[in-house]
Amino acid sequence: MATKIPLRVYNGRSQQMEDIPVFSEQAFREQILAAVRSGARLAALFARETGRGNFKLTALLAQNAGGVLSVLETVVGKTYQSLTPECPQAAVFEREIFEQWGVLPEGHCWLKPLRFHGGYSAGGKAGGCENGPDFPGVMDYYQLAGSEVHEVAVGPVHAGVIEPGHFRFQCLGEEVLHLEISLGYQHRGVERVLPGGPDKRTIHYMETLAGDTTIGHALAYCQLHEALAGCRVPARAQALRAIALELERLANHTGDLGALAADTGYLPAAFFCGRLRGDFLNLTASICGSRFGRNLICPGGTLHDLRADQIENIQRSLAATVKDVKTAVRLLWNTPSVLARLEDTGRLRRKDCEHLGLVGPAARACGLERDVRYEFPAGMYTVTHIPIATWHTGDVFGRAYVRWLEIQRSAAFVQEQLLSLPVGPVRRETKKTNACQMAVSLVEGWRGEICHVAMTDEAGRFSRYKVVDPSLHNWMGLALAMRSQQISDFPLCNKSFNLSYCGHDL
Amino acid sequence: MLKELVERWRQGYRTHPFPKKNPELPEAYRGCPVFDAPRCANNCSKCLDVCPAEAIQMQQEQACLDLGKCIFCGKCEAVCTSGAIRFSRSHIMAADRRQALVLGEKPLPTAGSADKKMVKVLRRALRLRQVSAGGCNACEADTNVLNTPVFDLARFGIQFVASPRHADGLLVTGPVSRNMHLALQKTYAAVPEPKLVIAVGACAISGGLYAGHREVCGGVDKLLPVDLYIPGCPPHPYTILDGLLRVLGRIPV
Ligand code: SF4
Repeated sequence: MATKIPLRVYNGRSQQMEDIPVFSEQAFREQILAAVRSGARLAALFARETGRGNFKLTALLAQNAGGVLSVLETVVGKTYQSLTPECPQAAVFEREIFEQWGVLPEGHCWLKPLRFHGGYSAGGKAGGCENGPDFPGVMDYYQLAGSEVHEVAVGPVHAGVIEPGHFRFQCLGEEVLHLEISLGYQHRGVERVLPGGPDKRTIHYMETLAGDTTIGHALAYCQLHEALAGCRVPARAQALRAIALELERLANHTGDLGALAADTGYLPAAFFCGRLRGDFLNLTASICGSRFGRNLICPGGTLHDLRADQIENIQRSLAATVKDVKTAVRLLWNTPSVLARLEDTGRLRRKDCEHLGLVGPAARACGLERDVRYEFPAGMYTVTHIPIATWHTGDVFGRAYVRWLEIQRSAAFVQEQLLSLPVGPVRRETKKTNACQMAVSLVEGWRGEICHVAMTDEAGRFSRYKVVDPSLHNWMGLALAMRSQQISDFPLCNKSFNLSYCGHDL
Repeated sequence: MLKELVERWRQGYRTHPFPKKNPELPEAYRGCPVFDAPRCANNCSKCLDVCPAEAIQMQQEQACLDLGKCIFCGKCEAVCTSGAIRFSRSHIMAADRRQALVLGEKPLPTAGSADKKMVKVLRRALRLRQVSAGGCNACEADTNVLNTPVFDLARFGIQFVASPRHADGLLVTGPVSRNMHLALQKTYAAVPEPKLVIAVGACAISGGLYAGHREVCGGVDKLLPVDLYIPGCPPHPYTILDGLLRVLGRIPV
């Protein structure tokens, strides 16, 4: 008899639920640990209730080198042996499973509430959140003791116009020895209400999972929906979606470089980039009316098309905007006092980055080649490739520089797409989602890998819908990058990651 | 220094002369909806069925559209066969009363200024503390963008500050997640009197898509008295700016 192996799956394609191999708890664990040792990442790990007090755990493994995705499952009761001590990237997922379903990962070294909410099972109590859901941030923090040691607490309400989160710094003088981040303030219960769908609200929930990644999450959902419904998206719509996704990247990367400039006190570049970010958003608005790309993408294609004169306008303004971005960013690279602030600040080691399973520009700045568009391409990216941009320093400069490289590549990609937009319709009617299927959808959002996994029941409705925002992986990276930094470096480090609170909190 | 100046000269002056000149908004922009009640067939419920935000409801046999819930998806306009719902391109949408946002027979009245005493104190210098309470970062981002040179909020004497104790009011986004309930109340308590509360976006006004979720309170006015409602999902920056200027009595009604 052939030995059981995890099922190979593909980005944007569906599988029969019954084809997913179910391993024993021990074998499940060994499979995951072996895969991670050989360089795979845990892209998702989640639970669902199967009745009689049992839960099914599903793991999605992503082997970036070679672009292989695989899925495996196991059945557990109220407890199972935690993966976290041997596989740190499982930490957040196991905390999440504990909080949602009360399934205890035995031996987890960091078992704390993740989002501070009530449990998912009917009448079920949330794991870990003993104080009830009304006391966010109330938990034991990792603390240092000693006469010279002090603790700095920041948030949930921060100084700027940003989302809420709580940060605890353990400091020795100005030096940060440890940072612990406690989130959950933005929790709106999206994942809890998705089963039973898709319905008229689903796409709008997706568009607001993380408002600055409207296109990214909406695209991930639509790919999933189309896979489950067996719908082929017209080529023109594929191109428009890719254009929108890259415009989103251009806007946010430019905004981030501006924010970094502001935090180094270099205001000319900050103001130029702030304005130019808006110009990219306005390009998206010229396609669909919304600066964030609301109501642009829908299952089956897109809701808007471009006329020839619109294409010409976008080409012209994009060229002008990119030209201004180039000169503004060159000011940054040519100013020694700016570089001195960015270089060697918030350095993340490549090894830590691998262990934590980081994604997006943060991982690429450590030299890791991780980019969904290249390794797990779907849609337009199967036809046109964007080279992966990496840097090797792992510091704030590296994360800024990777963004800069990506700005140039994305701009070239969009121009290329606009020149050769396929002709034809932009939308095809979608059918109902099929019964008893599972599908995986990955999108390289501007922050990194967005992963959606959906499963359908006998009626073709979602029985489980899992969303993994890149921020879920990367918050721990920020905490590590702050070790042995000056506390005054926090704003800079934070901006260099620019993670989502609501994407994490869902 | 020279290269910065050269670049500044090359990029040019970028501030739009708002409110003297109306902003140029994109062709596909969905502004304030116009609800033409007499045209409404009333016996069809197509718009009610497609609306994802339950923004359209029947009140005494008359359909009305609640701008405070609407996320501007445009689905109602697309299905309406009698042409009763139409999205205009007007960015002016702020209201000083929650009820004013319910469009039935009457169109949206433009927001008036806050009470006289408040206007006298705040008209020329308004400091706001922004609190995101479950917002998706779209409303937050389009509020923050008012600080860029295109909008140049500071020329109106309006500024976002770090401490609620330095603020004259709160600008709140998001459906007020239960996990932000206490933090929002404490921030409000820390603002000295007289204070303004501004709710920005469908979520902050009514809970938006998240209304009814047990994880959220469903709008700022469930907790705090709100002086200004700015609809949208997210509102365009000019909609926000217009609202801020109106509450200060700086745009004549
Ligand atoms: S535009 Fe507003 S009222 Fe119309 S369907 Fe969409 S959310 Fe409902």
